Amino acid sequence: MEDMAAPQVIPADAPEIEEVPEHDRPWVTIVWNDPVNLMSYVTWVFQKLFGYNREKAEKLMLDVHHKGKATVSSGARERMEHDASRLHAYGLWATVDQP
Amino acid sequence: MFRRKGSRCVARFEAYEVRALRQVAAEVVALLTDGFDQADPVVERLFPAVYPDDPASTADLRQYMDGELKTAKIDQAGAILAALPNDGGTEVSLDEEAADDWLRALNDVRLALGIRLDVRDDMDLEEELDDAVLRDPTSPRVGQLELYGYLGLLQQSLLEALTA
Repeated sequence: MEDMAAPQVIPADAPEIEEVPEHDRPWVTIVWNDPVNLMSYVTWVFQKLFGYNREKAEKLMLDVHHKGKATVSSGARERMEHDASRLHAYGLWATVDQP
Repeated sequence: MFRRKGSRCVARFEAYEVRALRQVAAEVVALLTDGFDQADPVVERLFPAVYPDDPASTADLRQYMDGELKTAKIDQAGAILAALPNDGGTEVSLDEEAADDWLRALNDVRLALGIRLDVRDDMDLEEELDDAVLRDPTSPRVGQLELYGYLGLLQQSLLEALTA
């Protein structure tokens, strides 16, 4: 990805403090690459558990495969823990984080 | 291997395939019941830490999530055992729900076998098998690598039959 140092345009009414309080920042579920799971199976699990279309599920699977991990869902902490548990039931290696 | 027949996924298994499937499914059940040990790398892979950098939160979560997860994994391995006779070949016919159980169970047994065999991302299964045969054609690793390859093909065929 190209990293252009473009000047940032800040709207006049932008709040001075941009930091979002910790409890408001979303949590994420991350799926990690592993050498056993079939690519077709991982794609199918993403479609089945998250209702993603084939294109999106395949892109996420390829991110896992090539980049080593991918964020597959984001939201409230408890929901992410539930997602991780559902992924574990299907044998995917999932963790939860607050980036 | 599985194929689609109407709304079901069907496969014919020879007696040696039934024996192999029963054995790997029973091994997973044993691992999750009598011999359950979180320090076992297979158990660690089947029940990964949700917070790798936070053992306390991971332990809290395990208390109310791993019981259900363990039951689900035992049940899905049990679905393989329930569909197969104790001995001899058979025809298996799975509805969508049973196919889902089988897919998850086959994935668990492949994960368990993959860890025991130290399967890596860049590993070429055929090369690995050739090497193992050259070193010692009678070694258990040869049979286990063949089984691992077979289970991958079986899982793939079931997925294709289910989504056809």
